[in-house]
Amino acid sequence: MSANHDGANLLEVRGLTKIFGTLTACDHIDLNIAKGEIHALLGENGAGKSTLVKMLFGSLEPNSGEIFWNGQAVRITSPGAAKKLGIGMVFQHFSLFEALTAAENIALSLDDGSPISSIAAKARALSYSYGLPLDPESLVGDLSVGERQRIEIIRCLLQTPQLIILDEPTSVLTPQEADKLFETLERLRSEGKSILYISHRLEEVKRICDRATVLRHGKVVGHCNPREQTASSLARMMVGSEVQAVVRAPVEGIETAQPLLEIRGLNRKPATPFSIPLKNISLNVRAGEVIGIAGVAGNGQGEFFESVSGEVLQQDTASVRIRGKDAGGLTITGRRLLGAAFVPEERLGHGAAPRMKLSENLLLSRHATDGKAFVGTGGMVRSGAVYAASQRIIEAMDVRKSAPDPEAAALSGGNLQKFIVGRELDRRPSVMVVNQPTWGVDAGAAAHIRQALIELSRSGSAVLVISQDLDELFEISDAIAVMHNGELSKPMPIAEATFEKVGLLMGGAEPGHAEHTLETA
Amino acid sequence: MDITVNILLTIATAATPLLIAAIGELVVERSGVLNLGVEGMMVMGAVGGFGAGYLTGSPWVGLLAAIAVGALFSLLFAVMTLSLATNQVATGLSLTLLGLGLSGMMGTRFVGQPGVRLPNLDIPGLSSIPVVGRLLFGQDPVFYISIALTAAVMWFLFKTRTGLTLRSIGDSHTSAHALGIKVIRYRYLAVIFGGACAGLAGGHLSLVYTPQWVENMSAGRGWIALALVVFASWRPWRVLAGAYIFGAVWIGQLHAQAFGIPVPSQMLSSLPYLATVVVLVLISRNKRLTMMNTPASLGQPFVPDR
Repeated sequence: MSANHDGANLLEVRGLTKIFGTLTACDHIDLNIAKGEIHALLGENGAGKSTLVKMLFGSLEPNSGEIFWNGQAVRITSPGAAKKLGIGMVFQHFSLFEALTAAENIALSLDDGSPISSIAAKARALSYSYGLPLDPESLVGDLSVGERQRIEIIRCLLQTPQLIILDEPTSVLTPQEADKLFETLERLRSEGKSILYISHRLEEVKRICDRATVLRHGKVVGHCNPREQTASSLARMMVGSEVQAVVRAPVEGIETAQPLLEIRGLNRKPATPFSIPLKNISLNVRAGEVIGIAGVAGNGQGEFFESVSGEVLQQDTASVRIRGKDAGGLTITGRRLLGAAFVPEERLGHGAAPRMKLSENLLLSRHATDGKAFVGTGGMVRSGAVYAASQRIIEAMDVRKSAPDPEAAALSGGNLQKFIVGRELDRRPSVMVVNQPTWGVDAGAAAHIRQALIELSRSGSAVLVISQDLDELFEISDAIAVMHNGELSKPMPIAEATFEKVGLLMGGAEPGHAEHTLETA
Repeated sequence: MDITVNILLTIATAATPLLIAAIGELVVERSGVLNLGVEGMMVMGAVGGFGAGYLTGSPWVGLLAAIAVGALFSLLFAVMTLSLATNQVATGLSLTLLGLGLSGMMGTRFVGQPGVRLPNLDIPGLSSIPVVGRLLFGQDPVFYISIALTAAVMWFLFKTRTGLTLRSIGDSHTSAHALGIKVIRYRYLAVIFGGACAGLAGGHLSLVYTPQWVENMSAGRGWIALALVVFASWRPWRVLAGAYIFGAVWIGQLHAQAFGIPVPSQMLSSLPYLATVVVLVLISRNKRLTMMNTPASLGQPFVPDR
């Protein structure tokens, strides 16, 4: 790559390198962003995308390399310096303050001393002009994820940046909200602003981006025009090899199969002021099928998983039934003994104890169900058997690791997730409940996990998958239900489901749920 | 009538040090730092204030010294927890232990010495108005400082941009850092302000309340101030209410004991604590409001990734 100096480039990055210990997160990255273009930054998890943008926004300092802004060499030493240059950022993990109002959140990132009321008025006007209605007085803790993202975007726009960095902006949006965002981005482009768009969703990159830079293992592996590529050719550039497609054979006679997991009129009061109550949820998952639960993050999926897995017990013991037995009053171990298995969303600290070895983590979740195999006379642990079982799982799931039996925290996110899912699959559970099975997992590992879940169901188990990733749910589910505001829609058979239908339900279009309406200013 | 006025005056004197120390700690905790060393900073302020007053003969110099000693002592905590990211609970506890020990050692030569007392306000004409005159215009200067301080902190936290920034750091230091806010600098200033307030509260003890030096003379007031902040759900006016309720019940039970009411004295001595907890729990019933005012990142060390 040769950097050009004709002045058309807003930002030029040459040889940018960041080293963490022994890991080179970014290795001599070159990147040019022209004025008025939407530039995609593609790459798998761990490819170095986030590290690169953190260096551009001044939250991380590069070890070497140069950054040119409008042709001038600059050092971006802090987010404040980035803002001064005209770089704005919309974060992947929101950087909002839940206990403050939208207007206060916006005021915090503006350095001028104007009073909150005038900022609120400006934010309201700007939000309506871009068709992203926002109530500046509302408390962030009360808002949906989509609404929170509007605040981030409005906050960024109020700083009148020349370059806007968006880190995985659509991963938390409904398809309709994403469309709205794309309109906004196209309008910003027509106003001459540049956008650096980070995503691993290839279809949307093809749709809106003018150019793309692909990263793999911290290195730039190619530049391309995404419109001239296919989704699979982009995926090949990102992953470096073909990604195995997930195969899902249709199931016959599922209507007569026995329900193994039954949820009947499940209610739950909110545990904290910002959490979602569950309202009368009913769902049957039958032997042989995969049911997917879609929904925008924060609509009660976490609360629902806790209630089903037994992290929170129910008053009504019949509200959760596993293999025909009332399980609502049973703890996690009790439910496991009935044949259920659970994979929570957080890997470290929830799905696995970070500072314990993989074999120890295996024993932690299966000491009761596999008591005979793992625990000998007098309660002594048969470490040999546990170790052998953990090695079996590692092999079956292709877990890549640096030591024979490493600590859980030493594994990369994707590999640890493969181990955790494999640990539960290894039991051949008759009911499997998984929350976000492939969140932050690279494409190859994700395909592996998805295929394993489908195969488990086809061998006669009931599988329930909660996910924010619609592509994933469409790939593996036999039926999709949507959770919105603590309520669950009826499962829609996959043959009838479309992105649009599911998206409308995710936005709360079902009767009884109006979109958060605001009076115009 | 005179008795009532006298009782009200003693209540104000009992509540003032609690209020000042608690308001300081409130600012510290709003920035997300939990400094359990209030008791230690307070007693250091008391010995520093007494010593400076005794040696110079001026209670005003004593008061300034108390503030300076408290602030300096809190700087130790700030360096440990903010620059070196030590555990805030452990560091705060050791600050209290260090303060109690160090003040005892420094104060050995002051034990039994007559101290100097800050004079009460005396405005000719106004101060001699019956009843309200002494209550409004005849108290010690620190009382007025404590009320002004509460109002100022309220205004600062909820009306100024800097106050908003401080609260945002307490809510999420990672978000604040991502926006380019200097988290560590704000927290340093907040901790030092808290130390200065605790020192001032200590100075009130040894220069107004009982103008002499007694070892451990803070007598657990630092802990009460800490508890007040939490029970008041980090809101200044509730801290004020809590401090005065505590002071009132404290003085009330002293009088009750003096009158020989047939209730075990231990029971009476525990009343102020009970009453304060009950009242503050009652006014903090609104869970949502409490949630909004609780600094979510309280006590978590912050290490920016570079």
